Amino acid sequence: MMQLIWNGLIVGSFYALVALGYSMVYGIIKLLNFAHGDIYMLGAFVGFFTLSAFGISNETSIPLLLVVLLLSMVTTGLIGVGIERIAYRPLRRSPRLAVLITAIGVSFTLEYGVRQIFGPNPEAFPIRLESSGFDVLGMRVTASQIVLVVIAAVLMLVLAHIVERTRQGRAMRAIALDPTGAQLMGVNVDRVIAMVFFIGSALAGAAGVMAGAYYGSIDFLMGFIIGLKAFTAAVIGGIGNLYGAMLGGVLLGMLESFGSAWFGGEWRDVFAFGFLILFLTLKPTGLLGARVVERM
Amino acid sequence: MTTLEVRDADVVYGRVHALRELSFTVGEGEIVCLLGNNGAGKSTTMNMLSGLVRPRSGSVTWQGMDLATAKPWDIVSAGLIHVPEGRRIFSTMTVHENLLLGGYTVSDAKAIAARLDEVYAMMPRLAERRSQQGGTLSGGEQQMVAIGRALIGGPKLLLLDEPSMGLAPLVVKQVMEIIAAVNATGTTVLLVEQNARAALKIAHRAYVVETGRATLEGPAAELAKDPRVIEAYLGG
Repeated sequence: MMQLIWNGLIVGSFYALVALGYSMVYGIIKLLNFAHGDIYMLGAFVGFFTLSAFGISNETSIPLLLVVLLLSMVTTGLIGVGIERIAYRPLRRSPRLAVLITAIGVSFTLEYGVRQIFGPNPEAFPIRLESSGFDVLGMRVTASQIVLVVIAAVLMLVLAHIVERTRQGRAMRAIALDPTGAQLMGVNVDRVIAMVFFIGSALAGAAGVMAGAYYGSIDFLMGFIIGLKAFTAAVIGGIGNLYGAMLGGVLLGMLESFGSAWFGGEWRDVFAFGFLILFLTLKPTGLLGARVVERM
Repeated sequence: MTTLEVRDADVVYGRVHALRELSFTVGEGEIVCLLGNNGAGKSTTMNMLSGLVRPRSGSVTWQGMDLATAKPWDIVSAGLIHVPEGRRIFSTMTVHENLLLGGYTVSDAKAIAARLDEVYAMMPRLAERRSQQGGTLSGGEQQMVAIGRALIGGPKLLLLDEPSMGLAPLVVKQVMEIIAAVNATGTTVLLVEQNARAALKIAHRAYVVETGRATLEGPAAELAKDPRVIEAYLGG
């Protein structure tokens, strides 16, 4: 039982990191960025590329993981900014469907671009986290799992601080509510949207590196399913809501963990997407997506 | 001394010719009012001044800045601040956060803190409701937030678009008093109103705008006695 919760928490923190970017981008420009999962994949490949370039393999060092994590975050962040600038900004005033289809195009471009460069076969991620662990409260826990969960938690706390307490965070929330109103406050909307893409993509890149180290193998399609899962997590929590994405991610991780244990691992995705459909029909605003009453 | 000069400005949205050779000026320290009915082009004028819509021809200059090409955020940073029609309060953010957003372009934290104190002193209702969500306030309170928010940005020229819209007469009076008080501290004000009676009481000069053109101009006290204005805007 405790083991299921712990496993769910680990996977859930990956989902949450990816869901945050999904949710933030949706919140600010109302775009379901279907290429977001592929940024996660890119994060893993940036880590793979860098480590391989230095001839590193089968490494277990946690400080090295942190360095690679940071490097991948910056790279994927910049890629995210580039994608927004090239693919989405010119369509800012176009119908939403046009941007959505563009996002799918970006997704394929990233997937098959990586396939062209690194080939279609899975690659072994050069950092492996050691599997020896210890038992607490009846669950098997490894030090590296704790590190992953702590990194994810720290990233989320930093993000929450930025969005809730800083000037740029206020500007992000203002654009999400009313872009024209935000412009009248002197907010450079283009710059703040770019910032959101940077942060969202960096978080997905971090999750990609962490997943590479956790699962050990990476491939060019690894972002596809997690993109959909992150979307599910964002919907469960209430899309556009930061804490909703965190909650949704962890919750989805738990649901999958329990679902696999009770119905068998092959039912995991059925279980996850069943919940997506359930939420979309019964509570499309998600758990935390309720709106305030407005008066004029 | 003239600070804002609009000369022969034309604005066209698709097939709608919203402004036609509109010309007017605002002098340093004045309250100037644009009067006109719905669709006369008053809000378009405001949006043109804050860089949200661009004139097709004509010139719009303020303190030597070309407003026809400047970016909206640069205009705000320079001190031309627009309180929009319908107030546009960020509904799920608190009153305090709304006010802080008004200081987005101000890098001096001390100046922001000092202006926050001034705004709360001028409008004590906002101080009482500082941690309440903006969307839950009454119309009059929202208008105060909108004006207060603009003041945090340190305006040199304050644009107010229909500040009395939807407010009870007593509240309109309060809002007009706040505007006059802001002007008394040296801020130039350009006011757009359908409520001509309230606006002409505090304005120094006024223009009547009809179908995108300024058709009448004069000191507010004189326009208030003009039979054409009385008939069309004062329900004479």
